[in-house]
Amino acid sequence: MLARRIIPCLDVRDGRVVKGVRFRDHVDMGDIVELATRYAREGADELVFYDITASPQERAVEPEWVSRVARAIDIPFAVAGGIRSVDDARARLFAGADKISVNTPALRDPDLIDRLAREFGSQCVVSGIDSRVIEGEWRIHQNTGDPDKTEISHRRTLDWIGEVTERGAGEVVLNCMDQDGVREGYDVDQLAAARAICPVPLIASGGAGAIEHFEAVFRIANVDGALAASVFHKQIIEIGALKAALKDQGVEVRL
Amino acid sequence: MTTAIIDTSTANIASVRFALERMDAPYVLAATPEEAAGCARLILPGVGAAGPAMARLNASGWSAALREERRPVLGVCLGMQLLFEHSDESDVALLGLIPGRVERLDPGADGPWPHMGWNALDELAEDEPLLAGIAPGDRVYFVHGFYVAPGEHARAQTRYGSPVTAIARKDNIAGCQFHPERSAKIGARILSNFIKG
Repeated sequence: MLARRIIPCLDVRDGRVVKGVRFRDHVDMGDIVELATRYAREGADELVFYDITASPQERAVEPEWVSRVARAIDIPFAVAGGIRSVDDARARLFAGADKISVNTPALRDPDLIDRLAREFGSQCVVSGIDSRVIEGEWRIHQNTGDPDKTEISHRRTLDWIGEVTERGAGEVVLNCMDQDGVREGYDVDQLAAARAICPVPLIASGGAGAIEHFEAVFRIANVDGALAASVFHKQIIEIGALKAALKDQGVEVRL
Repeated sequence: MTTAIIDTSTANIASVRFALERMDAPYVLAATPEEAAGCARLILPGVGAAGPAMARLNASGWSAALREERRPVLGVCLGMQLLFEHSDESDVALLGLIPGRVERLDPGADGPWPHMGWNALDELAEDEPLLAGIAPGDRVYFVHGFYVAPGEHARAQTRYGSPVTAIARKDNIAGCQFHPERSAKIGARILSNFIKG
């Protein structure tokens, strides 16, 4: 059986790993390669790097650190942030990233997903989606990373998941922003609704604070992977202990 | 003993290179068969779709050279699929080095398509050199939507909807459906078995 994936997410700013609460007040968490290596050693199944400043500043991630990470670790990783063309994606993939994740640029230019899937295959193309309750519905929140530049589009989240997977996204990371950084648990209702209509692997993001949150999101929302940041960076949860606990509860994991 | 990485211009070349660097194994990137002349073995990496990859191998002369190849060859992911005869993905003729067809995988109730993540190896062939030190249940990282149903050349399997060929071999020609270069210690051991075998 396929194992459920545990995926530490590293928000990157200026080549350092940072973490903020609700997209503000970023705190330095350490060197990228150091943290990536530590997570790989502790049993992370995959890593995601988000260059949180890339999209608002109209700047793409630099392949330099992508390559440093790819040299150091022997598990797969995705790179996100400001990828708005096939060339941007190619630079990151050829630097050693296994997947590229597109968020804001795909909202402005949905055909970008088709072009990326055609060029590199759906297995490389992740759709990152920031979703929150707006006017009583799950809707897409656009252009995250800098509170001064935040803007809102009104696409419905579930409609958008349908569209990106139709266009060729091979995986969806659904970040439930109302939960992000507050460690009160994943939004299992929203993730279960997404699961029901998402034909490709679905990764939960936002809200992990305790081991039982992971167990709940796998059991109730049936997601393929669970992404988390601060609980790992702050060593509130150790990945090995998390996986052992999940296994005890009957969740298939890689030990 | 240098390994040639066949330059298929696909995206996982860097991770294969870095994996060899982590084990201090010398390699060259070989865009043409001539560039691999002094090498002891070949790795055929590949991600993406079968059609464009075959077109590149045909254009570079690698297709013809691989059909005569006597050195150990290891195909990785799409590179493994290319070793077989025909792919239903873009309905294209492959290298034909191992009998079998590449078909679309139907995961059934086992999960979404494509097959993406860490799955367990099983049905290990006892005499397969790539599997030295590997035990049933060891997990490796798969990312693929097409597969080869296990036949007489399957040396290891996994299961996702139906049995999936994880490692195939015919004589000196072998392939891994998963990514050993991204499969942590288990993958490193399999790559090392190939490099040192």
